[in-house]
Amino acid sequence: MGGGNEVDFMIHGIVKYNLFGQELWLTTTTVGMTIITVLLLILAFVASRTMKTATDIPGTFQNIVELGVEMLEKMTEGILGKSGRRFANYIGTIFLFILFCNLSGLFGLRTVTADFGVTFLLGLVTFGIVQYQGIKNHGVGHFTGLFQPLPILFPINVIGEFANPISISLRLFANMLSGVIIMGLWYGMLPIFVKIGIPAALHVYCDVFSGCIQTYVFCMLTMVYVNDKL
Amino acid sequence: MNFSGQDFIYGCSAIGAGLAMIAGIGPGVGQGIAAGFGCSAVGRNPGAKSDITSSMLLGQAVAETTGLYGLVVAIILMFVKPFG
Repeated sequence: MGGGNEVDFMIHGIVKYNLFGQELWLTTTTVGMTIITVLLLILAFVASRTMKTATDIPGTFQNIVELGVEMLEKMTEGILGKSGRRFANYIGTIFLFILFCNLSGLFGLRTVTADFGVTFLLGLVTFGIVQYQGIKNHGVGHFTGLFQPLPILFPINVIGEFANPISISLRLFANMLSGVIIMGLWYGMLPIFVKIGIPAALHVYCDVFSGCIQTYVFCMLTMVYVNDKL
Repeated sequence: MNFSGQDFIYGCSAIGAGLAMIAGIGPGVGQGIAAGFGCSAVGRNPGAKSDITSSMLLGQAVAETTGLYGLVVAIILMFVKPFG
């Protein structure tokens, strides 16, 4: 989102390549996701190395890591109860990934989660975990449960199952996209003197506040859906 | 002034996008009601402020969804141009 009087909030293609006769693009989203993944990997390596040499009196970084892990366990055990520990890994991973993606708009990247391809994939993973837990814990009852309480409600129950991933992914996508559009319009259409200082407040609302809330909501709803099938 | 059928469809898409954003009324009302009840709950029980705030924000974020669906419809009409 550079200067100039051009409104720009679209995803841009960078490199074109062909795969099985299909024309595919590496986009700005791919670049942002790669940067975030590398950042998270470095963070994970440093954190695990710190915890291997953990001391009784924790240093700054060790304190932060311990605080994060404690908050994660409180969050998962608050909803999932005893089996919260099993899902703490997955919830922690998507929490950090979505949080970094939502905040990436602050660092000059196009916000990664403002691309429906990313959020829909996250929703599909949630859907897969929910269905797997349902089949594992209820067996055939997972499918006969669709005919409860009346067999005539079967279509509505099926739609209800498939609506979950679409609704959570669209919620995350639309929230971040609205932020990207507002910032793009502000930077693109207004004269230069309102582009100094004022966008900071908008960034705090659209990127930081909205991003953190939506991260929390996505993880919360994932846990609620999983909890229904336990 | 000459109109082609294409221009007419684009104009109607823009009007439809504007109409789709009427969906923003509902979440505004809903979030306002949630915030009002949150305030009255804090007034009655100031000790539980953090719990009330977090559950209020969660509920508001979920209530916002319908308005965001309107936004998605408007953006699809404006930029994807499904009827063009």
